[in-house]
Amino acid sequence: MAVTTQQSVDLREPSGWRRAKNQIVTGGMWFAFLCMLVPLGFVLVTVIAKGASTISWQFLTNGTIPPNILPASIGGMGAAVVGTLVITGLASVIAIPLGILGAIYISEYGTNNPLAAFISFLADVMTGVPSIVMGLFIFTIWVLHYGYSGLAGAFALACLMLPIVIRSAYEMLRLVPNELREASYALGATKSRVTLTVVLPAAIGGIVSGALLAVARAAGETAPLLFTILTVESTNANVFSGANTALSTQIFVNATQPYVGAQDRAWGSALTLIAIAFILMIAARLTTARFTRYSR
Amino acid sequence: MMEQPEQEITTTRLPKLETTAKAPARQDTPASMIFDVRNVSIYYGAFKAVTDVSLPIYENEVTALIGSSGSGKSTVLRSLNRMNDLVPGARVDGEMYYRGTPLYDKAVSPAAVRRRIGMVFQKPNPFPKSIYDNVAYGPRISGQRNKAKLDEIVERSLRAAALWDEVKNRLKQSGLALSGGQAQRLCIARTIAVEPDVVLMDEPASALDPIATLAIEDLIRELKRNYTIVIVTHNMQQATRVSDRTAFFSVLTDSKNDTRTGVLVEYGLTQQIFEDPHDSRTQAYVTGRMG
Repeated sequence: MAVTTQQSVDLREPSGWRRAKNQIVTGGMWFAFLCMLVPLGFVLVTVIAKGASTISWQFLTNGTIPPNILPASIGGMGAAVVGTLVITGLASVIAIPLGILGAIYISEYGTNNPLAAFISFLADVMTGVPSIVMGLFIFTIWVLHYGYSGLAGAFALACLMLPIVIRSAYEMLRLVPNELREASYALGATKSRVTLTVVLPAAIGGIVSGALLAVARAAGETAPLLFTILTVESTNANVFSGANTALSTQIFVNATQPYVGAQDRAWGSALTLIAIAFILMIAARLTTARFTRYSR
Repeated sequence: MMEQPEQEITTTRLPKLETTAKAPARQDTPASMIFDVRNVSIYYGAFKAVTDVSLPIYENEVTALIGSSGSGKSTVLRSLNRMNDLVPGARVDGEMYYRGTPLYDKAVSPAAVRRRIGMVFQKPNPFPKSIYDNVAYGPRISGQRNKAKLDEIVERSLRAAALWDEVKNRLKQSGLALSGGQAQRLCIARTIAVEPDVVLMDEPASALDPIATLAIEDLIRELKRNYTIVIVTHNMQQATRVSDRTAFFSVLTDSKNDTRTGVLVEYGLTQQIFEDPHDSRTQAYVTGRMG
């Protein structure tokens, strides 16, 4: 064995400044991450701390919301839970199919079509419309003629969800590589076949995620419901007629009261709403994983 | 060695070319001609991509389209099964017949054309579906719903693409989990599962390593028995290894208008193109002095 007499090579970073830059920027990213975590953690901790004691089976299911002066141990928010679920559910039934179909039109059928470009532009404009304006819009065209109802609330929420669904679904459809479309065309598929059997399945994971984000957003909206469902104190499972109620508007109504009972109910409702959104997110992850099992 | 007997058959029906850029005189029996491309020019919007191509393509042969980048060989290939229809603004001038039927007739459905004339792309593009569903995709959209039939088609196609032994135990796995060469053979299996008449291949091996490339080339020679194949390739050795006829494309540069248009320079038997090219441009290209 010959003894190696090679000079050792210096492979270290030539200047300390580059290392320092790397550390500064990495540190900056950590700082930004922590800054973002603070409000999120604060909201969660506060809502859980103040709301957890209110939550009980009775609170979640009892259908009569008592007068503000009574403590939170009497009655419950069941009416609002039911209202939020049926109104948001109906809004989703209206907005998600319409939004996905719109996105398919813009992405797959509307290339070089001025109408598609116009719809896409309108969807972007709609994203920027304040949610209370959506509520007033439905109030003028629907509530004034047919009265307050869960349906009116669902319309308002659907208006809010539609641009989000269109935008997110469109982005997901654009991400599907053109090679896949070409492969399908080359096997003799028509455009509708290509869209249904290749493009949609390839994009469905992202589309579902985007749609559920829109649902979670809608479930938490207050302003569009203020002028459309009236916010009553008892369960109305008939979403199509009669005034209704929802967690978000109940939070608004109760939190603005000077009574301890009402404020406790507002905190409890807030926690319930967050829990519903959380469950939706988990469901979204599970469905997405199921749909995309072949994409890796 | 394999091409030798083929050679004798084809020489009789293909006289020596006098002028270049002209199709060989049509002495073939009509049945043997799959594509009859006559004076075809292809445009993308105002841009003329290929000018005045005449190119007969014969049954159960491998026809190679070679030439430098921008010479329009892929454009011509994609016009053969109307894939260019998908490009906004693409337009075909001239006459193009497939088994005597005008391909660009108003009544012709591009989907029906592509069901008979399949295509394999440069980049392996399996669907994000299982291996089985990838191969069964074509038969399914053609209306085949019978499970036993589909099983049989999938096995036959994968065997024909020399992939069956490697994947028979994992047909339910994602087609994206295959290696590049396997994925390309999966794409070939998917293409022949619909039992097309013609298979068009757009540089099918250019993204693959040499061993996978040889596997694909073996496969092409094997498939020639049942299919007519048109292949675009950048690799001249590949053209000599797999093809019966070769069409050499070049670029016409118009310096006045600053446009570049593809043109068919010479078309003939592969051996003639490579050993006795009639056009100086072909000679420069095949001997490696140009492009």
